[in-house]
Order: sequence, then C-alpha cells, then structure tokens
Amino acid sequence: MLQFYSWVLCNCECNCNVLQLKNKSLFSSYNGSSLHPMLKKRDDFEDILEERRRSSDLRYALRCYTPTLYRGLVPCKASMLKSIVLQSDHLQYVIKQVSSESGESTEGVSEEASLILDEMAHCLQLSTIRFFAFTLSKAFKRLFRSVCVNEEGIQRLQQAVQEHPVVLLPSHRSYMDFLMMSYLLYTYDLPLPVIAAGMDFMSMKFVGEMLRMSGAFFIRRSFGGDKLYWAVFSEYVKTMLRNGYAPIEFFLEGTRSRTCKSLTPKTGLLNIVMEPFFKGELFDVNLVPVSISYERILEESLYARELLGIPKPKESTSGLLKARRVLSEDYGSMYVYFGHPVSVRSLAEGKINRSQYNLLPRYIPQKPSADTHEFLSDAAFRLVRIQEENMVLKPWVLIATLLLQNPDGLDLSSLAEQTDWLRHLALAFGAFLDWPDHEACSEVVSCSLALHRHLLSVSAGHVQLSVTDVPQVETTPEEAVFHQAVVVLSCASYRNQILHVFLRPALLAMAMQSANSNRKDDVYNGFNFLRKVFSNEFILCPGDSVQDFEEACYLLMKRGVLQVLEHEIVMSASGHSTLAFLSGRGVAVFSDHKRLILLRFEMSIFCFLCAFVIMASGRLKCYEALSSDLQKNALAAFLRLKAVRKVKV
Amino acid sequence: LPLSLSLSLSLSPSPSPSLSLSLSLSPSLSPSLSLSLSLSLSLSPPLSLSLSLFLSLSLQEIMKWNGWGYSDSRFLFNKKGQAEFTGKRYRLSGLILPSLKDWFEGTFGANLQHRSPATPSLNLSAVAPPHLNQPFVEDLKAAGLSVSHDPEDRVFRAHGHCLHEVFALREGRIGRVPDVVVWPSCHNDVEKIVELACKHNVCLIPYGGGTSVSSALECPREETRSIVSLDTSQMNRILWIDEKNLTAHVEAGIIGQDLERQLNERGYCTGHEPDSMEFSSLGGWVATRASGMKKNIYGNIEDLVVHIKMVTPRGVIEKSCLGPRMSTGPDIHHFILGSEGTLGVVTEVTLKIRPVPEYQKYGSVVFPNFQQGVACLREVARQRCAPASIRLMDNEQFQFGHALKPQVSSIFTSFLDGLKKFYITKFKGFDPHHLCVATLLFEGDRGKVLQHEKQVYDIAAKFGGLAAGEDNGQRGYMLTFVIAYLRDLGMDYYVIGESFETSVPWDRVLDLCRNVKERIVRECKERGVQFPPLSTCRVTQTYDAGACVYFYFAFNYRGLSDPVHIYEQVEHAAREEILANGGSLSHHHGVGKLRKEWMKASVSGVGLGMLKSVKEYVDPQNIFGNGNLL
Repeated sequence: MLQFYSWVLCNCECNCNVLQLKNKSLFSSYNGSSLHPMLKKRDDFEDILEERRRSSDLRYALRCYTPTLYRGLVPCKASMLKSIVLQSDHLQYVIKQVSSESGESTEGVSEEASLILDEMAHCLQLSTIRFFAFTLSKAFKRLFRSVCVNEEGIQRLQQAVQEHPVVLLPSHRSYMDFLMMSYLLYTYDLPLPVIAAGMDFMSMKFVGEMLRMSGAFFIRRSFGGDKLYWAVFSEYVKTMLRNGYAPIEFFLEGTRSRTCKSLTPKTGLLNIVMEPFFKGELFDVNLVPVSISYERILEESLYARELLGIPKPKESTSGLLKARRVLSEDYGSMYVYFGHPVSVRSLAEGKINRSQYNLLPRYIPQKPSADTHEFLSDAAFRLVRIQEENMVLKPWVLIATLLLQNPDGLDLSSLAEQTDWLRHLALAFGAFLDWPDHEACSEVVSCSLALHRHLLSVSAGHVQLSVTDVPQVETTPEEAVFHQAVVVLSCASYRNQILHVFLRPALLAMAMQSANSNRKDDVYNGFNFLRKVFSNEFILCPGDSVQDFEEACYLLMKRGVLQVLEHEIVMSASGHSTLAFLSGRGVAVFSDHKRLILLRFEMSIFCFLCAFVIMASGRLKCYEALSSDLQKNALAAFLRLKAVRKVKV
Repeated sequence: LPLSLSLSLSLSPSPSPSLSLSLSLSPSLSPSLSLSLSLSLSLSPPLSLSLSLFLSLSLQEIMKWNGWGYSDSRFLFNKKGQAEFTGKRYRLSGLILPSLKDWFEGTFGANLQHRSPATPSLNLSAVAPPHLNQPFVEDLKAAGLSVSHDPEDRVFRAHGHCLHEVFALREGRIGRVPDVVVWPSCHNDVEKIVELACKHNVCLIPYGGGTSVSSALECPREETRSIVSLDTSQMNRILWIDEKNLTAHVEAGIIGQDLERQLNERGYCTGHEPDSMEFSSLGGWVATRASGMKKNIYGNIEDLVVHIKMVTPRGVIEKSCLGPRMSTGPDIHHFILGSEGTLGVVTEVTLKIRPVPEYQKYGSVVFPNFQQGVACLREVARQRCAPASIRLMDNEQFQFGHALKPQVSSIFTSFLDGLKKFYITKFKGFDPHHLCVATLLFEGDRGKVLQHEKQVYDIAAKFGGLAAGEDNGQRGYMLTFVIAYLRDLGMDYYVIGESFETSVPWDRVLDLCRNVKERIVRECKERGVQFPPLSTCRVTQTYDAGACVYFYFAFNYRGLSDPVHIYEQVEHAAREEILANGGSLSHHHGVGKLRKEWMKASVSGVGLGMLKSVKEYVDPQNIFGNGNLL
C-alpha cells in the first residue's frame, strides 16, 4: 500500500510519516462511527494434524484410497496418455509443420516430440503417494503447530471434481505448497492432481523422480520460440483436462513470491486450460483458487537474501538434506483455504465470442486474439485477487506493519494499543484475520513476538527490528547494512501479506492529497495515475480502475473518513483538521513522489555496491529499496509509462 | 390433406360454383376419397348435393385449431391411466402404449392428477374485428376470387407451430391475426392478387401448410396496413408429368402427402419427405429450403427443383428453359429458395421425379454409446454409402422411443423382447443408460438394397454396433410423425417442449451435442425449473462435411409463472450455444422472426446487405411484409 512508498519516501526525504497521519484520521473516525465492520462470510477451519497426532501415520499412509472422480472420466494409464498425446491431430499437425520448415524427416521430429514428452510427463503412482503421505505426516507434525483447512471448501471441490474437469490454482509462497496440496487431496479422498513444476526440480537426483511419481510434470522455464515443445506441452495438459484424467494444478504467479506479495499472474497455462472450453471440447472447466498462508515461511531469510542479490541456491538433493535444519524450528500454523470454484464458462460469458474458433479446424494452433488476451489477463487478475482475499493473516502481520513504520521501535504497550487499532481497521476493510478469541491484545502480541523473536530485539519493554542471530563481531559497514536489510525485508514480507487490504483506500488517500481540488474526477485521475504507476507492484486489474475507485470510496466512506457527493469527494467533518493538513501537504507529497520515482530509477541503474555505499554512509535509511524485486518492478513501470527507454549497448 | 378442395368452397362467403371451380374439383377429390374412409362417407353423395355439405365444412373440423394435426388423432391417458392414440390414420392409432405413462411421469416428474387442459373452443369475441381495406376486398371479389374475413379462418392462418403460438391458443389468447383470407386457385389468380395488393398497399402473407416453427406466420405487430393471408391450398394440381425427362410440373400449394400419393399412382415419387410432409406444402418447402428424410438418394429441395415460378410485386420471376444446370450468373433460384415469403409467392414448380423404388427396408443398429454411433455415421458418410435415411438417436431418445412400444399381443413376442434385451445388456455388456440406436431406411431394387444393407452393417460392426431389427427402425421413424401430437399430450399435463435443429462439421458433432444438451439442463435449473428437463438429440442427416443434429427439449412447468418466457430464454441460450460450438443457425427450419437476430452474425453484414437490396428492388413497398429473415 501507500504505506510502503510514502513511508520510504518520508524516511528519506521529510521524516514525516504521512501514513500515520492518515491512519490517525481513520482512527479518530472509527471511534465515532457505529458501522459494523465489514465481515465477509468465510468458512471455518479444521486442523488436520490433530487427527495425525492421534493415530498411526503408517495406517494412514496405507489406508484405502478411493477418490471421487469426474463423471465423464475416460480411465487411462499414464503410458496410454502419452500415446494419445503423440497421436493427437494437433501434435501431428505441428510435427508435419516443423518437419517441412526444418527439412527434418517427420519421423525425426516425432522422435523429438516423444523425447520431450518423456522428459515432461508425470507417472503418478499410488505407492509414491503413500510414501509421501507417511513422511510428510512426520515432517508436518514437526514443522507446524497446526495445518488448517476449510472443509466446506473441500466439499465444494468434491462436487466440482465430479461435474467438470478441475484446475487447482494455489498461491505460491513456499516449496511446501504443492507437497501440501497433494497431501491434503490424499487426506480427503480427492483425486490427486498433476502439477506443472519447473524443470529445476528434475535436476535433483532421485527427488525429481519421486516428485514425478507423485504427479509432477516438468516444464522448461523458457521455450519461447519452440513450436514443438509448446505443442507437446499444451496438448499434454489439454489431453489430461479433456478426459478428466486428474485435476491440473499450477501456479498462476509462475514462481514463488519472494516478497509474499502476489505476483503479476502469467496467462500462458491459463490459456491452455481454458482453450478446451473456448473450442467447445469441454462444457466447462472449474478453476479453484487455493490460498495457502503460513504463519512463518520456511524460506523466510532465504528470500530476503535472494532479494538482496544472493542467487537462489540451486535445487539439489544434497541442498535438501542440508535444509533438514528447518525441521527443528517452529513455524506456527499453516492455512489452506479452498475458494469457491470459478466456472470458466461464466467468466467468459459475454467476453469471449467462441464462434471465432468456427472457421479453423480446431487442431491447428491459433494465437489468442486480442480480446482473448484481455480476457485471460483479466481472469488471471481476478483469480489472484480471490487468492489474496482468502489468505489468512496472523496478528504478527499487523505487528510487522507497525514495526516497519517505526524503525526506532515502539513500547510494548503502545504497540499493543496500535495493533488493536489496526486490527479493527483491517477487519473493517475485509481482512481475513485469524485473531485468537478471548485473549487480551497484549497476550496475542507477545505470543507473536515470541514466534518471530529472531527478527526482533526486545529490551526493557521496547521492541525494535534488529539483527539477533548474527554474532556481534566486527563487521564492515556493508555487512551491517546487509544484515539489517535481511531483517527488514523478512519483516516486510509479513507486512506485504496485508497490503492488498489497504491498497485501494491508500491509493485514494494519496490521490486526494495530491489532487488540486475535491472534484471527483480530479481525484479519480490522480487515483488512476497511481494505479498505473503501481500496477507492477500490486495486483490491480487493468480494466478495473472505476471499480477499484468506487471500492476505495466505499470503504473510506463507511469508516466515516470521506463523504462522496455527486461531483466531489470531501473529508467528513470529523476528519476536517486532518483534511486541512493533508491537503496542505498535497502538492509537496506529489512532487516528492516523483522524486522518489527518480531516486528509484537511479538505483536500478547503478549497481548494488553503489546503493550499499549510499546506505552505509547513512544518507538513506530505506532498506526496502534494496530489494531486487522492487527495483525490477520500478524499472518495468518506468518502461511501461515510457519514462525510460531500453537502449541496447 | 384430402379435404383441401372442399375447404376452399366452404370458406368462400359467396360460393359461385363456376365452371373453373368444378373443374378444379376433379383432380383432388378422388384421392381424398381413396385415402380416408371416414371422410369418404361424408363426401360420397353426388357432387351437386354435397356442395351445401362442403359449405358447412371448415378446416378446423378435421384439423385442430390449437394443436398439431388431425382432430381425430390425439394421445390421451384413458381411465386406467394408460396412454392411447386415437383415430385410425397412423400405425399407432387405436393402440395402447403401456409404458408411456411411466416414462412420462418419470422423465418429467409429471403427474396425471395435475392437468392443464386447453380452452375447449375458440372464443370468437377475443378476435379483433378485421381491419379491412374495402376497395381491395371489392376488387378481389370483382375478380372472382374466394375471400373470407371469418374469425376462425383468420385465426387459423395467424400462427405456425412454435411453442408460444400453440400455448397462447390453448389459453385462448389471440394476438394480431390477418384481416382477410384469400384463396387463389392458379398462377393467374396470384398475379391478380399481388397486383391489387400493390395498388391498394395491403400486406400479403403467403400461407401454405401452416407448419412453420420459426414464427414466420405471425403478423408483425408494427404492421398498420390491412393484412391479407394468401392461402395457396387451392393451387394443388399436378399440371403435367414429363416421363422422358423425369420431371413434374406442380402447383406450389399442393401438400406433401398428396403430391407423393398422386405421383405414386403414376408410378413415380419425388422422394422428398420432410417430417411435416403430411401438412406442409411444396411452396413452403421452396420458401424455407426444406430438407427431406431421404435426401441421401433424392437430395434436398434445392437439388430437386428444376424450375420455379414466383409472382413478385415487380412481376413474375422464372428461368427461360428447363436445362438441368446453367452458368448464367448467380442462380436466381437461390434468391427464391429460403426467401420465406418476403419476396413473393411461389406458384408453380418443376420438380425431378423418380420411379417408385421396388423395395424398401427398415433397419436399426444398437451402439454401446453415442460416440461410437457418431463415429459409425461419420465412416458411412466418408464411404458415401449412406442409406436413404440414417439417423442416430441418443440414449434419452432411445428410451423415449421405447416408451412408445404398443402393447405386445403374445407372450412369445414379449419373451423375444426380453431375450433381445438380455442379449444386448448382459451378454454384450451394453449399458442401458448409454446405448443408442441408429435407424436405417434402405430403398432401391432388392438385390442392391440387400448388398447395401450388408455394407452398412459391416461398417457398424467395426464400431461395436449390433443389428437390432427392422421393427426398432420403423418405430424410430414413427416417432418423428407423432412427436408433435405428443407435445399436445404433454401440454395437457404441464409439460411444454419443442424441437430445433442445426448443421455442424463432423469433428464438432459430439461436442456440440453434449454442450447444447448440458446448456439446456443448466439453464433450466438456473431459471427455477423444478425437474430436470428432457434434453435429447439425434443426428438426422449425414453429409460429406458434416451432419444435421436435431434436439428435443421439454420440461415440466409446474410452479413457474411464465413458462413460455422461460422456455424461450432457454431455447435462446441453446441457440447461442449451438452457434458458439460451430453449428449453423438452421439446417432446414429457416429463420423466420424467431432467429432473425442472428442473421447478420451468420451471413455477415455484406451478406445481409445483399439480401436487403434484393428485397428493396423486388418489393419496394414491402407488400410481402411478414418481416421474416431480414
């Protein structure tokens, strides 16, 4: 949210926290308003580990597994699947095409296709699944206090699986995600998914094959121009989908989000799973967004380091064994929320003209048309937003937010007070907050602090983000900055989990500050500009600016902060003093923002060392600006807004 | 329609049995006598005497005014709760159908206690008084034409057989109806009428057999002029038969079964047998691009016509010779075929005829599932060895057909039936809820038919098909003739339904069938229909590049306040689904007013513009203002 930027901005420029002011305005109005907090209806959770702790894991792994299946299922074996794919009209067509273009014989190209398929294909085996069921039970029990699942979601999934082919779309924060998904589906007697996984796993000896046998199929990270590869891959996925072989599982975000913010979704695979519907081969496809949230992420500090430019450790079996260390730590609870199935048919209603596929034989690959593209991206954004909305937020997320805003730390008592206030605000904005019932706020806060103690220093009732687990030997200033940055970025990854809740109201507040008048369209234009600037950073559907604007107005209005008149938006009487102050600063803030943009721009040009020097010299206290993710997004945004140009050197 | 002639007499308010009239009596009277015994009794008195009798006869006495077909033929549930079919006209007439009740109640969730009877008779006061163009009517009478503005005559010609049309009649609701009915008896009469219509600026709506299912006969609401229904039923003579070239020249008002019967008497046939052939007319076939069941041998209507004469406001359009094919620019016949009464009245048609086939044989094949059946039909089409007719019913329709099995007379037959069933389901392992049936009709000389039959059964065997006997085949074809009667039965018990069709490339047949059927089920559910609907299809025609698919859709409307509206919404959605799955707007029912909204998307803006400019030139005053198609 604005928090993020304005806070960065204020720290380095004017030492004034705009957001806090805004928050206070919200706070004051909260007390005066009698509105009920907006409560979205969400299902209850059930802890599946409870049962695991009580009964035998072995018996569990060997139990009778009879999943509910798709009613139109044409049963077939993994090997059979391969020959269906290789014989398909689509693949045969592309093979002939490739062969005539390259001059290679069709047999040669077919052979190549067959090799690609061998490399890619999964070979799901129940025995492997049982092995995983056993070992993962052991591991999960050590790692997590509880693994919570919404059972109503499972029931909906059970229904959906029978009706139409299903695509599972989990969020991706950790390697744990897909192991957990398969584990859960096994637990609930649902058909095991086949999972699109990156090729990196395959290079892991033994483990790669294990994953393959538990239903993973492997795709190369990039195969842009390779027609044959694309044909084999898409036909493989479509064949499984068409005959209802198994639910397809893939990650819309394409990769694990290192920042815990949802990533801009990719549409390639989404297009593949929707095409059978577009072309009439399936009546419908059910997309099931799944939100997986962790109280503490296993890869927490790994991510922060990666963001600071230390390359991701290559996936290897030995690396995995070394990582055993994680088993000894406490990662709190984990939540898996199965969202309502989204029917592709109803998504596409009125948006996709399916008769555009009438004039070409369906096996001839067709690039998606402009409106299909738009639809795909729109759908992808929507699905990611559903994922975001169903992410469970723990109290720590609120605390992290507050601690990041107060780099000098807070007293425990005021931290508890502000956390409580933020909690009400978040709830009012529809956050899915898991707050323990009947517990004093200070209790909850100290619990959270305990779980994340490695990121904090607590002394004499004063809490501050700091490095604790690094020995305090002499370090160079660069190292000190680095360690501090790791802590800040780790903490930011928690704060980022709640950004989606505040994003729209924050953009509106910012737009109001910077707008020249109260006129609705002025504010809207500012809002829209900000949306454009930040669209690489956050999940903002390209076509939804009016909707987002209205949503933001509604939320702030409900909190009594704003009054939306026909042509004007005004701060309400209760927040009038704040309004005067904010609007007075509006111009400055806006130009500051531009300066920030410039600053970030420079930083993305200069190499890391440069930034380190600046940091170390203490001129800039904004550790988050060191995140490669932020830099990447900023650069992409500038390119998009045509503020910079790519020049080949 | 045996009584077409007598009707014309009875309908004219000032009967003047002129010479021309009595002449026109002879060709059509004798066949009608030979056809139907019950009618021949009333017709048997000498002609001079019977003239007064004719006067009292009206169309409504042998045809239902608010339902399908003959008044004497209808389905009903008797006091024992058994279904029976009344009358004597059909193979099924007078028979008890013991399993229909269970099927009906089970499929629709209907109940014989819950009745929704129709208004018994037409309430004449509900019919608006005619808006007459007096000078036009007087000129017609002066020209010696039969004219009527009797409410019953007008109501009868104000509708086709769309569900909403029949439903409204059953409820006694009458919308806009034609103001005048006129009966030309020959081409010259039509020329005269069209000329007068232009002169007095009235709207003409040609009426043939009245079997339209596209709202084509509905009077446009926005029409302010006097609307005249031009009933072609009196133009029903075969004018000549040319045995050297195997052609016949026929007036366009002739009804299908009359044409076929009269030609049969001379040893010929056209072979054009649309499912509506009992009631539909030759002119109607031309105007809607009709398709016949046996098109595999004889072709569709566009393949059958050699020459067409049509009267338009600009004058008469026709070709100058009877050459079998011409390269003279775009074929002008194709402006006429499918013009749906928007350009003029087809008055005379020269058709190809064929000698009556020596031998006919029905047949049927059972497939384990619909996919296999479609694959078999595709293979038959690929080898271009389709019999005169080949149709594939899905499982639901197979069960429907089964429910129409009459009571078996002997224990032996029922034992045999049981044995057959056992063989197919238990021995061959066909799932009774998946198996489907193809019905076949072979025609030609005996030797070739038997050879052909073997070829087709051999192909079927490759797709897991088992020959299932002639009887099943014949019953399949019977279903198409009685289906419209069955709809009337359904409407007596809160069940409404209709059929619609499309044509689609082979590779999309299965997907289209599945998706459309499922769409229907889903739409019904979403709109609050309490019971799952009957949603079934069959592949009725095979072509080199695709097939024609026919859907039946019906549901129980108890608890719905506006069932017809819901029906229309579902049908609309089903049509959208068809178009989205690569199906055509229509294979043979035509566009009418029901499917007009999709015309532009179907034929492109330019295509539609072309058709409009033809209309503009031919009929600038919009005399043929039925508002169809464009």
